[in-house]
Amino acid sequence: MKLLTLNFLTCAIKTCKSSPLSFPLHPREVELEILETDYNAVFLRNILPRLEWEALRVLAGELGLPSLPESSPDVSSLSTSSEEDDSETPTQVAQDLHRLLLETCIKEGKLVCGCCGHEYAVKEGVANFLLPGHLV
Amino acid sequence: MSRPEDILPPDLFYNDTESRKYTTSSRIQTIQSSMTHRALSLLSLTSPSLILDIGCGSGLSGEILSASASEGTPGGPHVWIGFDISSSMLGIALEKEVEGDLFLADAGQGVPFRAGTFDAAISISAIQWLCNAETSEESPAGRLSRFFNGLYASLRRGGRAVCQFYPKNDVQKKMISAAAIKAGFGAGLLEDDEGTKNAKTYLVLTVGGGDVRG
Ligand SMILES: [Zn+2]
Repeated sequence: MKLLTLNFLTCAIKTCKSSPLSFPLHPREVELEILETDYNAVFLRNILPRLEWEALRVLAGELGLPSLPESSPDVSSLSTSSEEDDSETPTQVAQDLHRLLLETCIKEGKLVCGCCGHEYAVKEGVANFLLPGHLV
Repeated sequence: MSRPEDILPPDLFYNDTESRKYTTSSRIQTIQSSMTHRALSLLSLTSPSLILDIGCGSGLSGEILSASASEGTPGGPHVWIGFDISSSMLGIALEKEVEGDLFLADAGQGVPFRAGTFDAAISISAIQWLCNAETSEESPAGRLSRFFNGLYASLRRGGRAVCQFYPKNDVQKKMISAAAIKAGFGAGLLEDDEGTKNAKTYLVLTVGGGDVRG
């Protein structure tokens, strides 16, 4: 599971829906892996304004990754354009975000709700969000 | 032909043998792929988007979502998150190393993403399963309502969802559309090859308050 996904995922349990503690879920005992994927400038520009930056900072801290700046980078800081041939080059900021959001993945471990404590297992990158009937 | 959803719940029906049969049948692959392209054309995406695939199975649709515009995927390559209730199907998706994130999850239990997460959602041959209720705690109406309410909230304003499904009969078709409308969606049913045995039903859903997409 990409760290990007974790920036949108909440606890699935009904009674947690209204609690701000049900987002973000907290990784525990996780094994990370890097799965490389093509840089997609347009997607990154699309998704950047939708990120919960503070949650991403918390996540980076919990995973022991390099700490992120206090506020989200601006979309305009993702590329430098060349006037000569109209091409765009991703900046270091953009490359780092691509690596963090789209290439850094949780391979094994669990995701824990800060509200109810429910643990969602992640195995081979697949998160198990099936709930027993009484929690739906 | 008996309908699989009348025999068993999907997690039991799509066991390892059935999953492999489903995924390796070239006829099913061709139909699945053409329905995905049809659904994508109805989504009208013009740039790389974040998409939820409900009932992603072995990732047949996902592989199309991950393809680029020059490979025939409008607005692609997209980033997608897929839900399926069958671990056997997801196992095949893992073997194929699809690019999307996979969840073992039951859409009838809801959509656990924060508001406005997805640009769009797609579902191929899955949501008729929501009308199955296996236990005394569950009802088809409750499952449909949790799914459509969750989907509505998780889509961006102005976002769209297209769900191709195989309605058992007109009653089920109406029940599904009514549940979507009740959740807040603008909804329309589109039938391709209507009245033939190849009829395909697409539920096209829109979230109002459309923002202008950049
Ligand atoms: Zn919870």
